[in-house]
Amino acid sequence: MTETSGAVEACELRKSYGGKGKAGHVRALDGLSFSVPPGSVFALLGPNGAGKTTAMRILTTLSRPDEGRAVVAGIDVLRRPGRVRSVIGAVSQHSGAVGLLTGYENLALQGRIFGIPRKELRPRVTGLLDQFGLAEAAKRQARTYSGGMRRRLDVAAALVHRPAVLFLDEPTTGLDPEGRAELWAMLTGLSAGSGTTILVTTHYLDEADKYAARVAIVDRGRVVAEGTSDRLKAELEGDSVVLDLGDAPQVQRAEKALAQVPQVRQTSSEGTVVRARVADGPRALPAVLAQLEADGVAVRSVTVARPSLDDVYLHHAGRSFRQAEGSAVA
Amino acid sequence: MNLVRQAWAVLTGRYLRQLYRQPAVIGITLTQPVIWLLLFGALFKKVAEIPGFGNGNYITYLTPGVVIMTALFSSSWTGMSYIEDMDTGVMDRFLTAPVSRGALITASLAYQAVTTIVQSAIIIAIGWGIGAAFPGGAGGVAALIAVSVLIALAMAALSNAVGLLSRSREALIGASSTLVLPLTFLSGAFLSLNVVPGWIAGIARFNPVNWAASAGRIAVGAHPPWATVGSYAGFLAIALAVTALLSTRAFRASQA
Repeated sequence: MTETSGAVEACELRKSYGGKGKAGHVRALDGLSFSVPPGSVFALLGPNGAGKTTAMRILTTLSRPDEGRAVVAGIDVLRRPGRVRSVIGAVSQHSGAVGLLTGYENLALQGRIFGIPRKELRPRVTGLLDQFGLAEAAKRQARTYSGGMRRRLDVAAALVHRPAVLFLDEPTTGLDPEGRAELWAMLTGLSAGSGTTILVTTHYLDEADKYAARVAIVDRGRVVAEGTSDRLKAELEGDSVVLDLGDAPQVQRAEKALAQVPQVRQTSSEGTVVRARVADGPRALPAVLAQLEADGVAVRSVTVARPSLDDVYLHHAGRSFRQAEGSAVA
Repeated sequence: MNLVRQAWAVLTGRYLRQLYRQPAVIGITLTQPVIWLLLFGALFKKVAEIPGFGNGNYITYLTPGVVIMTALFSSSWTGMSYIEDMDTGVMDRFLTAPVSRGALITASLAYQAVTTIVQSAIIIAIGWGIGAAFPGGAGGVAALIAVSVLIALAMAALSNAVGLLSRSREALIGASSTLVLPLTFLSGAFLSLNVVPGWIAGIARFNPVNWAASAGRIAVGAHPPWATVGSYAGFLAIALAVTALLSTRAFRASQA
């Protein structure tokens, strides 16, 4: 076995559901690989249906890949799933809290399953409830909790046995902006404070950009780009010219016009907004506007923007993030 | 041992606490058998007078039957809990922890055993209160409770298997209602097999519910032939082993 340095290593994971060639055959993972440095917050970013949840289920021993290898905290996930389970914490998309048990009882139950002695368990549970702002709600049944509180209880439960690696599948979905920010503050604090490696899936570009030390962009079951979000954006070497046309029928004409401008590398549209990738925004702008005017396309507003993760996604996946989300739903 | 420790943690840390939080459920599970006992007791009162029935007092005949039927009914819903756990993230939370599948099954069966013991004891007490006789004494009553636990566990394991494989409440309700009533009526739970049509008596020989009802009734009677009770209990243990194996397999299959 080769030396592995990452806290989580996914190597050429493949997984399909349904028989090959049959109706309903879905290739969820198509050679997915990435590596998470120890002690960092790592985000798997991708639209719904990209294969993030399948990857998480494989890494947390809930599912097995058809092909490929995975190592968590130096342990082979496929050969020794039992040992992996004792060093990971996992938070799935659905709450794992038992509704009729109180917050305290939920954490205590988790600790007892792990075999933590009662004397040790009590202060640890109380500490976690404090840490996650649930001390006051400790004696209330979990079914009375708000969505944000439930989520925090799930995270606390996954930490009772002090895992080396924490997995969270779409932890902020369904939370309001305040709840999302709160949860992220707790996760980044956890990684900074105790050195826990945290692997998060998300379909929120802004979260991955803002909070994750590294990002792997997942599209159609593969990682299409991996690195710090700053590096991913810098790699694009260029700007976006963002044109708001205010009128949907104009979009197609605008894209046709932009295709004739030599500086424009790529275009994408969403609603009445068209984005054009160019090497140097301010320099390309006159040519862009001249061509639009020549073709009689009216523009309501123009901005030049530094690349965003959205542009990174577009560049690597060949379609905009929103479009990909739409196709996953269909 | 790990399995026992984890099963104990889930039983006491979860199932029993959950039950205690739902007084309505406790109330319903205790009221239902009382209704059966009083209703069937009144409805079939005269059947004890049919020549060949054997026993003069129908309540004495009926009480072990209601004990077994109640054990069967309530255990047939055990799989609901697994379906709910799979719909929420509870099952995933357990399965990503180093808890053995055997411990999860053991905890669910242990919970069913506890509730069956309490239910059976209460039905026996009420039966005794309205005139049932138990000449076999405390040993006989203990044996009746023991076979009621055996049939309950066999049914609970089957219910878990159906729940795990179907993941559907509707499927479990369908399976349960299709199975439970026929199994009960194709047994000697309410009527002596001496007075039912021959084909029913023939089927009843191979019906675990009948094994449990017969063993329980014989055990609480005067001078019970323990060898007969023991062999019925042995058959029930085999039925339990089969359904327990089935539910373990179902657990593995549910995790593709």
